Amino acid sequence: MATATAPLATQLEELSSDEILRYSRHLILPEVALEGQQRLKASRVLLIGAGGLGSPLALYLAAAGIGTIGLVDFDVVDVTNLQRQIVHGSKDVGRPKLESARDRVRDMNPHVHVEGYETRLTSENALEIMRDYDVVIDGTDNFATRYLTNDACVILGKPNVYGSIYRFEGQSSVFATQEGPCYRCLYPEPPPPGLVPSCAEGGVLGVLPGLVGTIQATEGIKLLLGIGEPLIGRLLLIDALSMQFRTMRLRKNPTCPACGTHEIRELIDYDQFCGVGGDPEQDPHGIPEMTPAELAVKQQRGDDFDLIDVREPHEWAIARIPGARLVPLGAFTESLSSLDSARDIVVHCKMGGRSAKAVRQLQAAGFKRVWNLAGGILRWSDEVDPRIPKY
Amino acid sequence: MAVTLFLPTVLAKLADGRAIESTGSTVGAVVADVAARYPNLAPRLRDEAGQPYPFVTFYLNDEDIRFNGGFEAPVTDGDELTVVPAIAGG
Repeated sequence: MATATAPLATQLEELSSDEILRYSRHLILPEVALEGQQRLKASRVLLIGAGGLGSPLALYLAAAGIGTIGLVDFDVVDVTNLQRQIVHGSKDVGRPKLESARDRVRDMNPHVHVEGYETRLTSENALEIMRDYDVVIDGTDNFATRYLTNDACVILGKPNVYGSIYRFEGQSSVFATQEGPCYRCLYPEPPPPGLVPSCAEGGVLGVLPGLVGTIQATEGIKLLLGIGEPLIGRLLLIDALSMQFRTMRLRKNPTCPACGTHEIRELIDYDQFCGVGGDPEQDPHGIPEMTPAELAVKQQRGDDFDLIDVREPHEWAIARIPGARLVPLGAFTESLSSLDSARDIVVHCKMGGRSAKAVRQLQAAGFKRVWNLAGGILRWSDEVDPRIPKY
Repeated sequence: MAVTLFLPTVLAKLADGRAIESTGSTVGAVVADVAARYPNLAPRLRDEAGQPYPFVTFYLNDEDIRFNGGFEAPVTDGDELTVVPAIAGG
């Protein structure tokens, strides 16, 4: 059984009468009972990320009476977070997520101690931060931190309760236990940057992190109590659209450099491993750019040029830059013939990533006078026309 | 062999839907058939050399094909092949 450090029953701190009343529905469950609740109180759980997954995780783990919850996050609450990040409220917009989550957890359960780490998890600090926790829960939003969390858990021998989401689909598993597989057994290498859009680019159903985060919280509690069958060696696939849950078998890869051969003995450079900033092909600064102010001047001068919007039609319906023509990136190759290489072309999307790809495609097709609108329509709204809604 | 290939919603828009009927004697043959029929989907399923990516897992029924010969894994009538690409949102 891959349980976390389980103190002997005799060493467990007693519950106060307040706590006994608060946890009564746990105490009458034979699988939890008084000793189980004392174990939860003695437990330390580390949450990587206080966002979509971290929100239900923090709330339910606090409600369940986990003694110490560690939170790693360096972000501030943005109004676009509130559609899914239920640990934060409207009044918290602009506050550090750590402070906001800490306040909410204290309100939920004053018996819980919160330890905050207002920092990005890095190869330099990960082992030190994780060392004193029983279970680590991965609720981060990028591949580099997922591989870092995984490798650190394997090195330290801590179970890694994994969850990730995109649009309407989610995944969960329990990695890095003694006998089970790790994240690298499932995905030996990350996709190249830009291939898999982030939730900011691709969207996510607001309740989806609620579904997946509560599954992670359930698995964390089961590991701490040593009950049931954790998702070790199984990958749970959640599809909210068809509302189907499937479990796939996951095997430990004997050649896995983390948990198989153990050739990864120390943490590496995960940005480099994930190709972040290392590939000039993926670097939007390697292609001609135009700022929103420069584009505005070009428009006001009445220059003869084409402004091409490569977003999707449903994004076009939310907001558009006057004068733009919609040519979604998905159909860009087929639409190249509709573009005139003799004219100046400025390409934009929401934030500048997809339009950079379109500019590269145009360059490859022989177009010489093409520019990417830096920061996309969001920056246009910030710097030129605030009437354009941001999303 | 008649096999059904299941796509996540994010890739379904590059094909006709989430479930694609195909034929072939191995996983690789099924993937090649689907890739030929849906050129926009093709680069999301396998690399230019026709090999699997390390960030896209294929499940034949409920088993990861990596432990059963990868794209060489044989398929039988009625098998289900599920594509599970890496996602990182949180």
